Amino acid sequence: MRFWADQLILLPILLPLLFAALLVLLNGRRQQLKFAINLTGTLALLVTAIALFWLTDSEVWPNGVGAYLAANWVAPFGIVLVVDRLAALMLTLCAVIATAALVFSYRRWSRSGVHFHSLFQFLLAGINGAFITGDLFNLFVFFEIMLAASYGLLLLGLQPNRIRASMQYVVINLLASSFFLIGVALIYAAAGTLNMADLAVRAASMDDSERLLLEVGAAILAIAFLTKSAMWPLGFWLPTTYAAAAPPVGAMLVLMTKVGVYVLLRLWLLVFADQETSLQAISGTALVVAGLLTLAFGTIGLLGSQELGRMAGFSAIISSGTLLAAVGYGEQQVVSAALFYLLSSTLAVAAFMLLIELIERIRKPSAAMLALTMEAFAIDNDPEESAGVIIPAAMAFLGLAFVACALIIAGLPPLSGFVAKFTLFHALLNPAGMFIDNLYTAGPLAWTMLALIILSGLAAIISLMRFGVRTFWSTDATAPRLQLTEAMPVSLLLALCISMTVLAGPVSAYLDRTASALHQPSLYIDRVMSITAVPGVVINEGATP
Amino acid sequence: MEAVIAIAIGVMFASGVWLILRPRTFQVIIGLLLISYAVNMFIFIMGRLSINKPPLTLDSPVEVGMFADPVTQALVLTAIVIGFATSALYLVLLLTSRGLTGTDHVDGKEPRQ
Repeated sequence: MRFWADQLILLPILLPLLFAALLVLLNGRRQQLKFAINLTGTLALLVTAIALFWLTDSEVWPNGVGAYLAANWVAPFGIVLVVDRLAALMLTLCAVIATAALVFSYRRWSRSGVHFHSLFQFLLAGINGAFITGDLFNLFVFFEIMLAASYGLLLLGLQPNRIRASMQYVVINLLASSFFLIGVALIYAAAGTLNMADLAVRAASMDDSERLLLEVGAAILAIAFLTKSAMWPLGFWLPTTYAAAAPPVGAMLVLMTKVGVYVLLRLWLLVFADQETSLQAISGTALVVAGLLTLAFGTIGLLGSQELGRMAGFSAIISSGTLLAAVGYGEQQVVSAALFYLLSSTLAVAAFMLLIELIERIRKPSAAMLALTMEAFAIDNDPEESAGVIIPAAMAFLGLAFVACALIIAGLPPLSGFVAKFTLFHALLNPAGMFIDNLYTAGPLAWTMLALIILSGLAAIISLMRFGVRTFWSTDATAPRLQLTEAMPVSLLLALCISMTVLAGPVSAYLDRTASALHQPSLYIDRVMSITAVPGVVINEGATP
Repeated sequence: MEAVIAIAIGVMFASGVWLILRPRTFQVIIGLLLISYAVNMFIFIMGRLSINKPPLTLDSPVEVGMFADPVTQALVLTAIVIGFATSALYLVLLLTSRGLTGTDHVDGKEPRQ
């Protein structure tokens, strides 16, 4: 059982890479086959992710941390892949959103670029790798795989506005990667290791000059992640990119901003958690302030934007800002609440990204048709207009889905957005936990955060309702044709949000366990450092080439 | 020697930063290349500067002081490959943009005079 469970850790990287390689080989004309293979790969990934999710929460691995030694080299020397509750949670989230985005792309988007399917699988390999890697340099490699695939996907269809957005996106990310490398090099110079667990051990026993170098390295490294998670003032690229991206790609981009948040959460709590230095307090506060500024920027941007794509972009910025501020707080309860918020907001914004294109069809049916003819070039000549199952009551579906997205993004009852914000407020005001009376008084920063989150919710509801009223209640709104493959992914994501509301108790309990494991970095470190190589593999000593 | 290398990297990085702030895509890509060279040099010297020291050996009792750090050399190799690939991708993007918009301005249109 243990042995096979260990092998499972490799699959989230291996499966997408194999499927991507397979898909490259197939001729671009065989769209149906390629789609079927891609869907098989993504569903297999979903099953793997759910299996890992279950394994990390059961007693298979000690403390729910599973580790895989690549090529059987022990921890600080070889490459180690680690999956714990947080990583498994993110893997599952990634697989769910990928499935939805892929099904959505069936009718139109997967046909508008030559290697859509391979790039999609490479993107999944990169994202998954970033979640489960145990050392910093592999994190860089997986980041680059993810980014390279996203450059290709963003260019899908080669429209001029996409090319312009891509040029900015590529330059920003290449620069961020340079900062990433500088940070990694400095950390290596200070600690002599890049393994995260080993780094945490060595960071605890450093003298002042090494410590300084490490902190400078970590700060430069953080610039790369904060650019990725669109912190103000590093996030100006995001609204333009989101507005230009094709909807399924946009949904994946929403997930990619969360990769930055994930890495921050992981490294922050793993390496810098134990040191009660003044510097840690300062950088924590700095992160909270930066998160709040991001939140404010997103709120103002959301109020000011008229276009749905930009609205989705600013919603993602608001979500990032809230998360960054919560990560900066670092209290266990706050982190647990922030994870709930992360799940709920990622699903909702991804659903919103998919919904945008469908809603645009109400507004300008002719423009949508024009775009369709422009996009569908040369690969598949028979138009799929009449094929597929058309769902009835398209307007009702769109209206309901839009309202659900708006409620979750704004954080109003009764959906999961409200539960997320409520737990976050509760954790901010009473970090000891719910139903425990104490005389804790929240500081001014917590009150500012509270006020800003409420204000951002207000801005979201104003902005989205303004748009909704203009679109759905306008006299010349015509019901568009919606296909089942387009309606289903949106419903899936929203249904997950609704079930998160219904099952808020169990979900919160799970996230509490996740956060408590994150706050005991020794569990992770001990597990990674103590894992032994698989016996019985002969290492040929003294062999000369 | 440290000072010379440090100044070289600094000048290269600064030139790169100046170039990527220029309005033409060609200047931007040269800037990106300069920055990536500077970063590669930076990673390389993080294994400390040393002369006439091999990174690998087959001798059995290894005296660590006699060898250069092989890890940074492996890292820089990976970084070079990845940087090269992404720069090539940007080059393609640059040419596509030039072809579609008819200008090499980063905004895709000439600024009004």
